[in-house]
Amino acid sequence: MANGVPMASAPRHLRRKLTNYIFVGLTSIATALALAALVMILWSLVAKGLGGINLAAITQDQPGGGADMGQGGLRNGLVGSLILCAIGMAIALVIGILSGTWLAEYGDASRLAGTVRFINDVLLSAPSILVGLFVYELLVSHLVGHFSAIAGGVALAVLATPVITRTTEDILRLQSNQLREAGMALGAGKGLVIRAIIWRASRTGLVTGGLLGFARISGETAPLLFTSLGNPFLSVNLGQPMASLPTIIFNFALSADDNWRRLAWVAALIIAVFVLSANIIGRALAARGSSHK
Amino acid sequence: MKFEISQEEQPTVMVAPAPEERVLDVRGLDFYYGKTRALHGVDLPVARNRITALIGPSGCGKSTLLRTLNRIYDLYPAQRAEGQILFNGENLLNPRDPVDPEASGSGRPRVGGDLARLRARIGMVFQRPTPFPMSIYDNIAFGVRLQRSVGKAEMDEIVERSLTRAALWDEAKDKLHQSGLGLSGGQQQRLCVARGIAVEPEVLLLDEPASALDPLSTAKLETALLELKDSFTIVIVTHNLQQAARISDYTAFMLMGRLIEFRPSSEAFVKPETEAMRDYVTGRYG
Repeated sequence: MANGVPMASAPRHLRRKLTNYIFVGLTSIATALALAALVMILWSLVAKGLGGINLAAITQDQPGGGADMGQGGLRNGLVGSLILCAIGMAIALVIGILSGTWLAEYGDASRLAGTVRFINDVLLSAPSILVGLFVYELLVSHLVGHFSAIAGGVALAVLATPVITRTTEDILRLQSNQLREAGMALGAGKGLVIRAIIWRASRTGLVTGGLLGFARISGETAPLLFTSLGNPFLSVNLGQPMASLPTIIFNFALSADDNWRRLAWVAALIIAVFVLSANIIGRALAARGSSHK
Repeated sequence: MKFEISQEEQPTVMVAPAPEERVLDVRGLDFYYGKTRALHGVDLPVARNRITALIGPSGCGKSTLLRTLNRIYDLYPAQRAEGQILFNGENLLNPRDPVDPEASGSGRPRVGGDLARLRARIGMVFQRPTPFPMSIYDNIAFGVRLQRSVGKAEMDEIVERSLTRAALWDEAKDKLHQSGLGLSGGQQQRLCVARGIAVEPEVLLLDEPASALDPLSTAKLETALLELKDSFTIVIVTHNLQQAARISDYTAFMLMGRLIEFRPSSEAFVKPETEAMRDYVTGRYG
């Protein structure tokens, strides 16, 4: 070359090109595999779930074994899942947002905050079946004494809280210190600055955290098996066992009853649509929030 | 950078306003970021109803000095100030010190170590506009409501007066209830000025308020500041020497954490006395 740097020899150049092609090829194959799995799951859900949907699927409770094809529905499970998620989210939002706020605004770099952050990260990836057993031991076998919707909601809350804590902390940290200083420069206390200014400026992010937490728990089965158990009838009594879509799938999917298996697919499709839309809305909001900065 | 300043011998040129004109009087101020010392025995007299400009190269301590005046640095536990900052004769760094009865404004209510009360009387505008995520109206009402409860009619009047004084009323009067974030950068900065003066402080601190603004917005801001001088004392940190010369009555030139020259701006820019300031204003470094 003109500046005197010797050109790589032809064979070396060829080898580099080849390595590059191989690497790009491998990563493309891996991506394609992951996408293919997702598409196949969605495809089989739609193919087998869509056909099973009828009006009864949402207006009737789950059928007994041996009912005619097309009979019965998922009303008890749908209502139960909505209630269980609502309890879980109500608890998780309060604890998660408050603890995330503490981590970002007060705990910061302190040793206690570091410990809380570490435990939260451990909880974030805790197997949900362990969480179920924990709540079983705490509520079902001791405090309440039997399976109940409350116990199910608490188990879901334990799963959603770390997600919300984490996103809350991350989101609040994105707000500039100047905004905090601006509030205090007017004579506002730290607590008021957080509530009236920082939370408000982080609204979209906080909603995103909530949606991600919801997506995390809406398909959980294991923790519910030990806590809310399931209920073949529609029940809104929080002190009693309650049906949910995941436990219905768990019970129906492996049965020999064709009608039950049909409903299991429908339930799976409903959950998938919920989770997918929560994720998409969450991400869209997050993207919109960050582009406004 | 050809500047080698000896740590000990600093020539300080001080042509200060008379003591009875001073609303703020900084004496022998040292400031530390953890173990790093950022200010070395700085004196700064601030004359009432005048504009005082703090200039100097990046890192010279002018923003640090400004941030001690409303004690906003208190948010960060590792930062501390030592010395005296007299506000109407009362030492802000030690509320137990007796008030200097000779000082101008010594008859005014004491701050008594209450930071909320101090910041209501010494307002601040930052380098980047910091509108709160709420309507233009609520941005201004926010600080006022912190001080006292105000009826709707009076609040409307305060909002209009503050926006007018900050030269933003004409542009904002039709969208008072829209988000403050929807304004342009220059308008946002004037909104922050309006928000700062709505609580009727005695002093307004501005930390490079025009550095993120285009020339037209800067001109509007400067016009607003000149009008505000009649009612408020203004201390402004700026990198823009023309700006300091245009609007300020007094100029403080700082270098490496020390005050080098303090004089009426009319003299300071025409005939700087110290070599350091002469080199700075003629653009030899900075």
